[in-house]
Amino acid sequence: MAVLARARKTELDEIVARLGGLPDHVVLKPAETGTVMVEARAGGTGRRFNMGEATMTRCVVRLADGTMGFAYALGTDRPKALVSAVLDALLQSSSDAGLHDDIAALARAQTEARQLALRKAAATKVDFFTLVRGHD
Amino acid sequence: MYVAVKGGEAAILATHDLVAEMRRGDTSVPEVSTAQIREQMSLAVARVMNEGSLADADLAALALKQAQGDAIEAAFLMRAYRTTLPRLGSSQPLDTAAMAIRRRVSATYKDLPGGQVLGPTYDYTHRLFDFGLTGTSDAPPSAMPSDVALDTRMPRVPDILGAEGLMEPETPPEGDPRPFDLTRDPVEFPADRDVRLQALARGDEGFLLGLAYSVQRGFGGNHPFAGEIRMGEVPVEFVPEELGFAVDIGDLTVTECQMVNQFKGSKHVAPQFTRGYGLAFGHAERKAMSMSIVDRALKGRELGEAASYPAQQDEFVLYHSDNVEAAGFVEHLKLPHYVDFQGELELIRRLRRELEERIAREAVESGVLPKAAE
Repeated sequence: MAVLARARKTELDEIVARLGGLPDHVVLKPAETGTVMVEARAGGTGRRFNMGEATMTRCVVRLADGTMGFAYALGTDRPKALVSAVLDALLQSSSDAGLHDDIAALARAQTEARQLALRKAAATKVDFFTLVRGHD
Repeated sequence: MYVAVKGGEAAILATHDLVAEMRRGDTSVPEVSTAQIREQMSLAVARVMNEGSLADADLAALALKQAQGDAIEAAFLMRAYRTTLPRLGSSQPLDTAAMAIRRRVSATYKDLPGGQVLGPTYDYTHRLFDFGLTGTSDAPPSAMPSDVALDTRMPRVPDILGAEGLMEPETPPEGDPRPFDLTRDPVEFPADRDVRLQALARGDEGFLLGLAYSVQRGFGGNHPFAGEIRMGEVPVEFVPEELGFAVDIGDLTVTECQMVNQFKGSKHVAPQFTRGYGLAFGHAERKAMSMSIVDRALKGRELGEAASYPAQQDEFVLYHSDNVEAAGFVEHLKLPHYVDFQGELELIRRLRRELEERIAREAVESGVLPKAAE
């Protein structure tokens, strides 16, 4: 679900296209955008407080075989929420190796993007050196 | 006094058209897209998300475009839109220690575990115009990555001092209570820290910057050190009712500031460092720093300090930090007050008439006739 939440709609569409379209499903909770109140802690570890809200979109579906699929993701993309929920259900019920490979590839790409950002940040890490007086 | 008046509808419709034209500006210049604003004006977008109290970069970019770049008007649009959305619940408290760090500096420790990571910052630029930006570039700028990535878990600096017992601990109160929500319940004073932090998080950057500056200049008596500033992505976890366990719903970019202050101790508290906390959506360092200084100033009561200055008075700070409320009250003055003003005018005229009549009466009684009567 974390991988689907971070995926772009176009990436999910490509996976769905390879599957030959979305399988039959019943929408139990239509894609709906609301907010989630983001909590944090004072000092990072202390008392909880409400930092502010964020948009969140959710969707719940059921496949013909009864498997339920859920989507919860930041943002307002309702079409993506529906596709995510169906894919979430498929990932539980289907042993389609291609689908699982596609999601694994998506997860790898997300990890690589994160690693690249961490490597770019690492390039700005300060190497301190101490200036020593000459007469010592 | 409010009196219903009609009229002005045609004028209002015409002003909508005119403001749309003014927003678009010279039509020979290409129109800016909301995606361009989101990507290329991201610090303005962060400000609108914070003061609009709604983390959504696409909506904040739209708000900025619609408001012609007016940050407070854009925040107002965000607040108004928020009220149309159902609240689906609260997230798990963010774990900023698990941040994928893009910037992390400390002014208190040179050699801290994980190191000083400058990240993207204007701090070391020369503030000279780059006239190259007046045109467009075919070659996108690219930053060279290092071979080795940063650690994904870097200790927060106050936690290092905390291990020595020199730092005021930050632990949840008994039972880890749900935080107060000022969007749902009226604020009462004295306000607890969760109320204050929520108000500061959505407070106006300029107002908080001014208050923080006042504290530093002596109107608050704290000498702060930037213990740590970190910026990067944190995962948000949410527990849906249907599932009953936490799911990761994506990343938010946040900026956190832990300000460290000297504290000489009081009758009940040993000398130690105390802390102020700032947390903001997006890359919003000035906001997070200002918030942390004001948070510390407002903690004075808990530490037995006198509240002698504005930044130490929760009622003053919390009632005046919200720029949507402040702008609403200041700017409502430009709306028609014809009837109120007529009332005032009548009052002033009557008082002047009464004064003149009294002077004339006293003159007659004292035997000195006014000149006109001679």
